[in-house]
Amino acid sequence: MRIVCPFCGERELGEFTYLGDAKPMRPVAGASEDEVFDYVYLRDNVAGETSEYWYHGGGCRAWLKVTRNTLTHEISSVEAAAGAGAAKVGA
Amino acid sequence: MASAQTNRLDDGGLIDRSAPLNFRFDGKAFSGFQGDTLASALIANGVKLVGRSFKYHRPRGILTSGSEEPNALVELRTGARREPNTKATTAELYEGLEAASQNRWPSLRHDVMSVNQLFAPIFVAGFYYKTFMWPAKFWEAIYEPAIRRAAGLGRAAGVADPDHYDKAWAHCDVLIAGSGPAGLAAALAAGRSGARVILCEEDFVPGGRLLSDGGTIDGVPAAEWLSRTLAELADMPDVGIMTRTTLFGVYDGGTYGAIERVNDHLPSPPEHQVRQRLWRIVAKRCVVAAGAIERPIVFAGNDTPGVMMASAVRTYVARYAAAPAKRIALFTNNEDGWRTVETALSAGLQIAAVVDARPDVSPAHRSLASKGGFPVLHGSVSGVDGGKDGVRKIAVSLTGGARAEVEADGLAVSGGWNPAVGLTSFHRGRPTWNDDISAFVPDGAPPGMTAAGAANGDFGLGACLSQGFAAGATAARDAGHNGKAGIAPVADDEAFSLTPLWHVAGKGKAFVDYQHDVTASDIELAQREGFESVEHLKRYTTLGMATDQGKTSNVAGLAIMAAVSGRSIPETGTTIYRPPYVPVAIGAFAGHHRDETFHATRLTPSHHWAVEQGAVFVDTGLWKRAQWYPRAGEKDWLESVTREVKAVRSGVGFCDVSTLGKIDVHGPDAGAFLDRVYINTFSNLAVGKARYGLMLREDGIVYDDGTTSRLAEDHYFLTTTTAKAGLVMQHLEFCRQVLFPELDVQLTSVSDQWAQFSIAGPKTRDLLKEIVDPAEDLSNEGFPFMGAREVTLRGGLEARLFRISFSGEMAFEISVPARFGDAMARNLMLAGAPFGVTPYGTEALGVMRVEKGHIAGPELSGTTTAADLGLGKMMSTKKDYIGRVLAGREALTAPDRQVVVGIKPTDKARRLRSGAHIIPKGQTPGPGNDQGYVTSVCFSPTLDQWIGLALVERGRERIGEIVHAHDPLRGEDYDVELCNPVFYDPDGGRQRG
Ligand SMILES: [Zn+2]
Repeated sequence: MRIVCPFCGERELGEFTYLGDAKPMRPVAGASEDEVFDYVYLRDNVAGETSEYWYHGGGCRAWLKVTRNTLTHEISSVEAAAGAGAAKVGA
Repeated sequence: MASAQTNRLDDGGLIDRSAPLNFRFDGKAFSGFQGDTLASALIANGVKLVGRSFKYHRPRGILTSGSEEPNALVELRTGARREPNTKATTAELYEGLEAASQNRWPSLRHDVMSVNQLFAPIFVAGFYYKTFMWPAKFWEAIYEPAIRRAAGLGRAAGVADPDHYDKAWAHCDVLIAGSGPAGLAAALAAGRSGARVILCEEDFVPGGRLLSDGGTIDGVPAAEWLSRTLAELADMPDVGIMTRTTLFGVYDGGTYGAIERVNDHLPSPPEHQVRQRLWRIVAKRCVVAAGAIERPIVFAGNDTPGVMMASAVRTYVARYAAAPAKRIALFTNNEDGWRTVETALSAGLQIAAVVDARPDVSPAHRSLASKGGFPVLHGSVSGVDGGKDGVRKIAVSLTGGARAEVEADGLAVSGGWNPAVGLTSFHRGRPTWNDDISAFVPDGAPPGMTAAGAANGDFGLGACLSQGFAAGATAARDAGHNGKAGIAPVADDEAFSLTPLWHVAGKGKAFVDYQHDVTASDIELAQREGFESVEHLKRYTTLGMATDQGKTSNVAGLAIMAAVSGRSIPETGTTIYRPPYVPVAIGAFAGHHRDETFHATRLTPSHHWAVEQGAVFVDTGLWKRAQWYPRAGEKDWLESVTREVKAVRSGVGFCDVSTLGKIDVHGPDAGAFLDRVYINTFSNLAVGKARYGLMLREDGIVYDDGTTSRLAEDHYFLTTTTAKAGLVMQHLEFCRQVLFPELDVQLTSVSDQWAQFSIAGPKTRDLLKEIVDPAEDLSNEGFPFMGAREVTLRGGLEARLFRISFSGEMAFEISVPARFGDAMARNLMLAGAPFGVTPYGTEALGVMRVEKGHIAGPELSGTTTAADLGLGKMMSTKKDYIGRVLAGREALTAPDRQVVVGIKPTDKARRLRSGAHIIPKGQTPGPGNDQGYVTSVCFSPTLDQWIGLALVERGRERIGEIVHAHDPLRGEDYDVELCNPVFYDPDGGRQRG
């Protein structure tokens, strides 16, 4: 598998570390236990396109948001994950 | 003296008759020539029997001439290099080669286990599953040991492989699998277009079937075209042909796996060379020109030595000038089989008869038959008479019901061709059935991959060339190369005519999977017992599960299943194809990652100095750390460690702690950032001060701990544990980039940039004064406990100094740029000599931390909360931080949680061991009353007894209670007293003094 890091270019899987689903947003301060529980534990088991976090530890150390199809492993987009996990206040 | 090559033809072949080679098979001396495989050399020497079969120990010969071979598996080489299940058909002959047949005892010709044939009924399909239903005692005592002795393949060497294996990467525009006509044409087109091309060829010479079948290309003999083409490709700087290299796997994103047998053709690799190299090839496009595999026809006795694929007979005769038999019969259902007759006749061999299953034979073949003086029989081979010496007579069922008999010493069989669909199917592509050729052809190939020529189901030479050329040109264009490809090579297509025939009914065992001894009746039995799905059929009968992965057997097997279950072949379907296409040695996957180079080794900045000091080292993760420094006369580690601890507690010692993770945190929001990742607050830490910090995971469990110092308003220096150095950096980057992008903060890993030493003991300040510039104030007022700042050393070097203590003594940690680490260790020894300075290792470090009740790895176990560790009060209630909410969950705050407590044996002389379970006193140990376990122990020189830390239910409320320590692993039971975990200087006066 190969990931095109937006900063470093196309690199091999071994340079990256997988974290998991990039959909959940970390609840803002003061969130209830249930909200945080869902954020930490609740995941969809998607057959198809998912977005997920990958860390380019063997390169630029950027956290990336990778859109990948779990059926074909096809990667359709890679972008910097800047702020991807931060819940917007009032959102 | 080697025996004569009785079956070597007088001329022809691609062997070098000027280079004779001696070899041994089962101890007997033979000779062959450079250019032979072990199989061709055995054939040239008239050897027909080469092995015994897996279950029934039936005599077996050579079936094919390639990597699809199911029968001719040998143990190649001897001693540590002995390699079992090596295919004689691909093993290149070399001087002194030694090979042995497998699966026979005491000898190949007289194998006592061939009595298995008499017990054949118990070895039928599913026999493993069925025997499991027998009484367990019978299975364990009799059946299983008997099967283990009776069934199996070759023996592993049993000792470490002495050779090296390598791993490498390659990148190209167009990757081509196979160097037959289609592959070479593809390489020509892609190369001329300007693409970077890698062509992998499994064989040791390129050419594929051209080497055996010849033909005419562009009006010249195939051999001439081949050498011309290879010369043209050799002149292209961006085209590389890798022979002895098999493409075995297809992975995501255009990554391919290939195994290069760099030195398998030599007795042992030359010095400093590897045996094999595992390639990961990244290609924009891939053309699979891997050809096709001729398929057997299943009939009684089809495994008799001397029964051989028709194309293999051609290969041995034409390419190796070795005659598999003197008087050959052919059993075919298609036109291609007849080419074997032509080849054999032109080599001067006799044809006994041709048995053709088709209703008609062309006039050309009829006249060939009359010229050659052999009959053409319309019908099928229904049995073979012969034994370990090979085929003698062949029984034929003629169309119309009559029977005939043919005397021959070899039988060539052609059941048609199956495109090699492995590579194209590795991404779950399901090949589709093509009625015109009665075979599966590629479908659903991975992105960027196309099949061409025989691999695509187009068997004619002309089609292979034109398709390969077009595929190569297209692949190059798709990869961005538009140069002129020129004109495709031209050849005629051979006539194609085939009447499908899979199985001829008859008496006796008719083998489908030779290597796993699966017969036609096993498949029929599986169907009767309900295992109709091909995936079930495969597992129930083990069809296609041997080292050859059913290359010659799978399609015939499912054709038979289709017939008995009344379905069509495409309805029956294929099993899923998975890599590797050929067996790949584990050693190749491991490469250099074995023994001392299994993983990278990290050395501390003072490592070489510690080696000079005679330190004993311990592996901690990738690091080598000095564990203790033995001195002459010390009888064991405990004596050395005890001395080191006492020296620190009474004088001064130092220890390299550079393995800690170190992170510089810069920016106006550095403090705010740290507040969110630690449970305690750092934004209010004064510049010039250090503070202990604890991090949680988002689920509320403790993640890591360490000291963080504020060196400037916008600059913190953070340390992590050795084990989590990389992971904490990754976690903090996640927090910074993904969760808290609004914070203006930057993280820099400086773990490798700083050499850090802990200097501890009452005389620490005396020693430091010799190291640090006299202008620096090291007094208790000028540099109080938990002070942290940059200082200048004598000589001008800038360093970082932290007054922190892990040992409970008056202590500092000093950081210098890593390149000065070695010098710092030597300097500390020199400057400290007047104070009796003592280097100490990780053991003494650990002893002093247990004496002081500090938590470390065994307590930071991934199951403990801050409160469990006695650090609950550090959890700020005034801010949000990672893990705060879930740390408040009921189960994580329950009053009966196991918490850190000290333990002392009631018998002061008793040794403690970590891992022992804590049970209430007077109770019988069991899971119901297990209240925790001992996490860390040490012999405390200060208390002159063993002490420890334990996680114990409600431990802090039970100080003074006597409990039972139960250690079933070591068979120990004793009582311990629960106590305050801080054994040494509980009020901390020493470290603050
Ligand atoms: Zn990157």
